[in-house]
Amino acid sequence: MDTLTFLQNYWWLLISLLGGLLVFLLFVQGGQALLYDLGRTEQERDLVVNALGRKWELTFTTLVTFGGAFFASFPLFYSTSFGGAYYVWMAILFCFVVQAVAYEYRRKPANVLGGKTFNAFLLVNGILGPLLLGTVVSTLFTGAHFTVDRLQLADAGEGSRVVISQWASPWHGLDALANVWNLVLGVAVALLAMTLACQYLMNCVADAAVVGRARRRMKPLSLGFVVCFVAWFMRLLFATGYAADPASGEIRSEPYKYLHNLLEMPGVAVALLAGIVAVLWSIREGWQGRRRAIWFGGSGTVLVVLTLLLCAGWNHTAFYPSLTDMQSSLTIANASSSLFTLRVMAYVSLMIPFVVAYIWYAWRSVNRVPLTRAELDEGEHPY
Amino acid sequence: MISDYLQTVDWSRAQFALTAIYHWLFVPLTLGLSVLVAIMETKYYRSGEEFWRRTTRFWMRLFGINFAIGVATGLILEFEFGTNWSNYSYFVGDIFGAPLAVEGIMAFFLETTFIAVMFFGWEKVSRRAHLASTWLTAVGANLSALWILVANAWMQYPVGCTFNLRTVRNEMTSFWEVALSPVALNKFFHTVASSFTLAALFVVGVSAWYLLRGREEKMARRSLAVASAFGFVFAVLTAVTGDKSGAVIARVQPMKLAAMEALYEGTEGAPLTVMGFVSPCGRPDDGPLVRYGIDIPKLLSIMSFRDKNAFVPGIRDLVYGNEERGILSADQKMARGRVVIGELGRYREARDTGDRKAMAAVERKFDPSTPEGEEFLREYFAYFGYGYLESPGQIVPNVPVLFYSFRVMVGAGVLFILLLATVWWLNRRDRLVGKRWLLWTCVWMIPVAYIASQAGWVLTEVGRQPWAIQNLMPVGIAASKIPAGSVGVTFFLFLALFTALFVAEVSILLRQIRLGPERVESPGPETDFRPASAKGREL
Repeated sequence: MDTLTFLQNYWWLLISLLGGLLVFLLFVQGGQALLYDLGRTEQERDLVVNALGRKWELTFTTLVTFGGAFFASFPLFYSTSFGGAYYVWMAILFCFVVQAVAYEYRRKPANVLGGKTFNAFLLVNGILGPLLLGTVVSTLFTGAHFTVDRLQLADAGEGSRVVISQWASPWHGLDALANVWNLVLGVAVALLAMTLACQYLMNCVADAAVVGRARRRMKPLSLGFVVCFVAWFMRLLFATGYAADPASGEIRSEPYKYLHNLLEMPGVAVALLAGIVAVLWSIREGWQGRRRAIWFGGSGTVLVVLTLLLCAGWNHTAFYPSLTDMQSSLTIANASSSLFTLRVMAYVSLMIPFVVAYIWYAWRSVNRVPLTRAELDEGEHPY
Repeated sequence: MISDYLQTVDWSRAQFALTAIYHWLFVPLTLGLSVLVAIMETKYYRSGEEFWRRTTRFWMRLFGINFAIGVATGLILEFEFGTNWSNYSYFVGDIFGAPLAVEGIMAFFLETTFIAVMFFGWEKVSRRAHLASTWLTAVGANLSALWILVANAWMQYPVGCTFNLRTVRNEMTSFWEVALSPVALNKFFHTVASSFTLAALFVVGVSAWYLLRGREEKMARRSLAVASAFGFVFAVLTAVTGDKSGAVIARVQPMKLAAMEALYEGTEGAPLTVMGFVSPCGRPDDGPLVRYGIDIPKLLSIMSFRDKNAFVPGIRDLVYGNEERGILSADQKMARGRVVIGELGRYREARDTGDRKAMAAVERKFDPSTPEGEEFLREYFAYFGYGYLESPGQIVPNVPVLFYSFRVMVGAGVLFILLLATVWWLNRRDRLVGKRWLLWTCVWMIPVAYIASQAGWVLTEVGRQPWAIQNLMPVGIAASKIPAGSVGVTFFLFLALFTALFVAEVSILLRQIRLGPERVESPGPETDFRPASAKGREL
């Protein structure tokens, strides 16, 4: 493997890891979606919001870094997907913008829009955020309608013809919602986020009413998730994917491509299996009301998402298949940054272990003692 | 259709400008207040005085309110590079994406991780660890500014890269040239220093309000002492780095300099117009248009080239060329840009017909490792973006906007230096409290600080027009292909949302200030949150 190929695979691994961490951290959104379900009184809702509020910025930052890292390592994806699937990305952005202020402002006096509006913002973000993100991520397997021609830039003065990546559907990203399998993954991610939220609240809130409700609610949510995920995963195993010829870069369709990927990358398959087992185990633990469930749920989620994304991009697979023009499909080889940039970024990535270490330190410091109603009353920056 | 596409570009510009303007309403306060809060907490750590803990927590609360909305608007900005500027994202993503990724990995995580400890860790970690967290939050916030400003500086002065024909994009050749370019360094120090000044003026203004109301005198005077000294130092630094910016712009963006001075005819020993009126049109044939101007002789030449007799090119020199001074006309540059686009066309034709020989011939032309290729890239590709322009006049940005925004920025900056020095001195001498007019001036200086800060960005970004990347890509070909109406709709949605959130933010901030550093968080929606001492008073 030459250095460029190695670095392309390395950066796809990092993007996949960030994706995995992001989906795990979507438990914040999951908890928001369950705000009125788990919190029946104002005080209970405050408890839920404050438990999640200690982490919302981490989810947000992971999303931003995921975007930045994707831009830096695979700019062609950034320009093709964001510039083409405009509506769906804008919808995602809108529902994250309203989240960012909701925590800080919902209980502040003179907040103009009223506490209920900010709670509604949390609900919108909690439900639509994971649903839309899951739907969009599914297009990495199911494909989208676009064409790419870098030499469009040769069309001087001919208006929009000069645009390199063009979307072939007038729905500009909403077309992703028309594919039922994308929606199935979207629903699965939303249900997973809620399941993880229940596990997280069971871990870090010391309140019988909220914890009891979280435990009861986790059961149907986790069952729903398992059903949706298994359906989507089974379909994936039988799906036809696009494979790239490593020498010529030519793309052709290959039946059972993702199944082949798992068979040809046994390490990935084992990690995927371990992730699935961990998530299932976390559901069992949560079912029995154990506080540690979130650790299995979290690590399992990271593993599952990581390995699925590896399956989408590694082993000469087109990670963004074009349904309009097969040869326009994006692979980690044709969409990546230059060798120089990937190398520079690889040096930067050496900082990641330090980042993980201080996040771990801060997480432990803030979450060491479960949150109680009394702590809210003491008023250490309550949301 | 070209007309539709131009509308898309216009809407995209409007949307990006809207987001950037809103974002910049919150960022400078975050940058500066994070450091001021850390200084105050350091005082608490050293003295152990409860007073400093209370003061720190008050300013920290205001910081939190402002921070949240800055995060919200920042997210949009990052993704708008992709959603609205897809050609741009591809054409320079190899260079531009890296600082954004570094920003995320190095700065955002630092900031958001330790902000949680800063807000929630008062009783959970040691005093030392808490202080460290507050400082790390400030470092994270300012590091994020560094990387995004590196990215912005690169748009103004694209260095450290070369064009790769095979991938049809610009690729990085030197990270350090990008990160440490004179524009980047200067921009960082200027922006951060001016943000620190803005935050200092915010603290001074709010403290002055307390003094006017006869409340919280100790907190107000101590905060004022810290902020005015801090602000004075950084206001002076803003001026120094601003002066350096002028010299850098003169070399890398001469049109921006000529436009902000409304200098139509280049001259030796050019004067600087302190104030005047400039007619609202920007065509190169209309000047000179400054009326009732007050000039300082030779100052522009000194500012730009550190030489009182230096030649400063005017708008006409840059549009029509000046053979004597070795300045190419826009027409000549457009011709060179079209040569490059023509070569791309030939390359595409050869690719489509499978003519490998013809492809190789074009590839040789762009090969930077050969002298011919190096010359072609230097003499022709350097003007690539000109090839897309329709007329030479397009290279002139909006002269009146630049002329006035520059003067607002500089005038306000001078005022800040004088005010902060005066306030610091009088406060030290115990003579500030009685000077109500001066205290009111401090209060009203808060909006002026914001206007000055925005004016600085207007100057930078409007002055960059028509380029998305200086000389390489005009905004007209940088945008995504989305229906103009769609971008129009999202523009108005953002406008409504940001405005609503901004109103909420200001309202919350004012209420928190009115409540003061007492316990003010809301126990329930129906309660009157104000402490007894504040009831019956209004701002």
